[in-house]
This record gives sequence, structure tokens and C-alpha cells, in this order.
Amino acid sequence: MTDLDRFVLSMSDTITLLNAPAIQRALTRIAHEVAESNEDSAAVAIVGIQRGGVLLAQRLQEILTGLWAHPVPTGALDVSLHRDDLNHRVAPRLQPTLIPFDVTGKTVVLVDDVLFSGRTIRAAMDALNDFGRPQRIQLAVLIDRGHRELPIKADFVGKNVPTAHAEVVRVNFSETGAADSVVLQKP
Amino acid sequence: MSWTRQHLLDIESLTVEEINTVLDTARAFKAVGERTIKKVPALRGKTVVNLFVEPSTRTRTSFELSEQRLSADIINFTAEASSLKKGETLKDTARNLEALNVDFIVMRHTAAGAPHFLSRVLDAHVINAGDGAHEHPTQALLDTFTIREKKGRVAGLNVTILGDVLYSRVARSDIWALTKLGANVTLCGPSTLVPRTFEQMGCRVTYNVEEAIREADVINLLRIQHERQRKTMFPGINEYTTLFGLNQTRLAMTKPDALIMHPGPINRGVEIDSDIADSGRSVILEQVTNGLAVRMAALFLVNGGKGPQEIEG
Repeated sequence: MTDLDRFVLSMSDTITLLNAPAIQRALTRIAHEVAESNEDSAAVAIVGIQRGGVLLAQRLQEILTGLWAHPVPTGALDVSLHRDDLNHRVAPRLQPTLIPFDVTGKTVVLVDDVLFSGRTIRAAMDALNDFGRPQRIQLAVLIDRGHRELPIKADFVGKNVPTAHAEVVRVNFSETGAADSVVLQKP
Repeated sequence: MSWTRQHLLDIESLTVEEINTVLDTARAFKAVGERTIKKVPALRGKTVVNLFVEPSTRTRTSFELSEQRLSADIINFTAEASSLKKGETLKDTARNLEALNVDFIVMRHTAAGAPHFLSRVLDAHVINAGDGAHEHPTQALLDTFTIREKKGRVAGLNVTILGDVLYSRVARSDIWALTKLGANVTLCGPSTLVPRTFEQMGCRVTYNVEEAIREADVINLLRIQHERQRKTMFPGINEYTTLFGLNQTRLAMTKPDALIMHPGPINRGVEIDSDIADSGRSVILEQVTNGLAVRMAALFLVNGGKGPQEIEG
């Protein structure tokens, strides 16, 4: 890193988009929307995309279990092996995939923290198909930051945030040590 | 933690972090192998040549299945059927393969260093599937993977390698991997096949089999490699079995939870009693299963490009 890089970095702005209570409110609203759009609650399963989506999926599960008063099957999906950019990057660190239920016939709600190009979701739909044939796949994201490169749209969105392409949206979770927050880093 | 190498040529040059990256990646691939659909598209459109200049069945089959499970296209190339028999040099064979735009070469060769040579003259990713008596890196990685899975760790364990160490590339790769990860390695076998020079690799050498296995947490048995011994290194197979073979009497001296490992193919009744090979103490077949996961991990990791590891998306 050169002195100039350090200087530019020190000038970079960080804006908090959501704080901890706002994240909780967004998740509660998403859970209610999921409940509203799925009359047959027994058919719904939640699958979080590694890594941020998995923690959000667990929190959604807790809220939905309360709303529906029955357990909601929940899984974790690593999409690395189905990505389309494996030739252009250092091999990703693989995270566990755990789908402890049969996805066939289910309405699977995919959960991710940030929706950006849409390529992760494309990979996730392919990865999910290896486990069976869901009746329907829905998508819930905490942040939709735009810049889609594929025809993919979220069904449930915590917050829409217009961003510049070079900006970075980072979601911090209390489970990993930091306080819950969503921050936007300007380049 | 990441992997930026384009080839997997040996264990000697790997860092502890790199070894652990392969083992962690292999754990994810092992889970893929337990699914109904065991195939993932990670190497879709890539071509792998399995260039086995020295005969091999189990390693080649394991690599082949690993490649298929990663969706790669495969060409198998064996010494008997190749133009190497017609006098073509290794370099020319490799150049011809490269002219076909192959992406990976998985290579077994009788000459130590042959895969290293290929990696210098070709753009393709090279994976060493055994070069002479030098190294067999994926075998060492699957051995350490199995130990870590069964024992929860490698550091601090007493691992005894028993048998033909001198001619064994598995032993050399195992010694590198195990000592790097902090295990205490003991070598044992006939003195002609376990020279004291191995002490320079950080191992203990002993010719007393009872002493070698008594404190062992892992006993890794090696086959006597008749095909590599140019002259007789010990009087006979029967004597080897009597002096060094793992039988029930010797097994009773070991720790009750010591793992029995063997890279295969096993010679029942020579280095190991038949009923021990089939007992609950033996993890020989689990090594075969883990071999697939480790080879998938190796292929997946060397395929990585130059870009950032984390991509928003």
C-alpha cells in the first residue's frame, strides 16, 4: 500500500444504512410478508446462502416459528461450486451445505444478505436443484443494492439502497462478534 | 487463508496453512459425495488428462471419479497405449497434449521430478499422482485427512509408519505432511528398507516393532514394493511377516484406539493379518472414500484464478 492509497482510504466514507433495531424490524416485516404470501405454512422451508444469509435465515426461522407455531425446516447452502466466476478468482473457501429436509415439493425461501449482480442467486438455484425439485423458490434479501446482471428479482426486501458500482455494502452480525449493522463504504 | 498455487507437485513445498486449506476444502467435497446427486459443475468445460506412465488402478480410478464429479472431461493415457512406447519424449508427449488445449494433467511417472518438469514446460495445471519413490502428495493428504477426521487433530499424535519406507513415495509424502502438522513420526521396518538417514526428515527410526507400535495413535502399514526392489533387501516374505507383520499378538500391545491405516493394495497375511484389515480398527476403506474428496479438493484449488477470493454478488 502506498502513502497515496492510505490517504485515499482515510478519506473514504462509511455510512450506516441499518442499525441493529432497524435490521430486526426489517426481518420481522420480511417474516410477515413470507407468512402472508404462503398460506400453506407447512410447505415452507428456509435456506440461507453462505455466509451472511445463513445467519439471517436462522433469525427468520425464529420469527416464523413464532408466527406459525410450528417448526420451519431451515438449511444452509454454499453456492461456490456452482458459481460462474471460478476461473477468475482464487478458489473460494468452501462453507458447509446442510439441507436436512427434502426440498422436493417445498416452497423454498432463499435468504441472502445483499442482492447485487444476482449471480449468487443464479448459482444458488442451480445448487438447490441438486437436492430435489422445489415447488417454488422465493428470494428474501436484507439489502437490494441494484446493479443486476441477470434477470433476478427479490420477493422480499429489507431495504432498497441505490449504490454506485464501486461502493461496498457490508453486513455485520452480532453472531460474528461485531454489533448488528449494515454499512456502505464509499470507494 | 487461501491457495494460489497452479500445481500440486509435492508436500515438501507446502505450508501448514496450504495443507489445512486442502483438508478443509476436502471436508466440503466429502459432503458432496454423500448427496443423492454427487456431481457439481465446478470444472465444467475443463479437460483433464490422466497421464499414467506407470501402471496404477486405484489412484487412477480415484482421480477419474473425482474429475467426473467435478464435471470435467477426461482423457486417460497409459504407458502401454501411448507413443512413449514408440520413443516419444515426455516433453513432446506433453506438448502434444497441450496442443489439444487440455487444462489439467494428472501424472504418475517412474521418474522422480517428472511432474515438476512438466509444470515448468506447460501452461496446464499439473497434479502429481506419484513420481518414482519421491512423493505421492494426494495420498499423504488423504492420510492426514483421515487421521484428522478420526482423531480430531494431527498435532501431538504418535504416528508409526511400518514397512518399506525406502522405496515408498507414500512414506516420504506422509512424513512431510505429518511432521509439518506437528505429529511425532516413527519409522519401523527391516534396516535395509528403513535407513537412519530418514532421521534427517525429523522422524524417529527404530527396528523394534513392538516398541514402534506400543505408543502409536496411528499405525500406517506400507506394502513391500517388490516391483521397485532391484535386489533382495531382506531374506523373504515369511521372515518379514514374522518380524514386522501386524498380527493379533502385536495388535494387543497397541493402544485400544490406535488407527490401522494402509494405502493399499494390501497383501493379506504379509504386512497385515486378514482379520485385522477387516476389523473396526482399520480405516483402510475410509481412506479410499476420503481419497475422492481430497482429489476433488486438489483439482478445485489448483483451478483457481488470480482474482480476489471474496466476490460480492
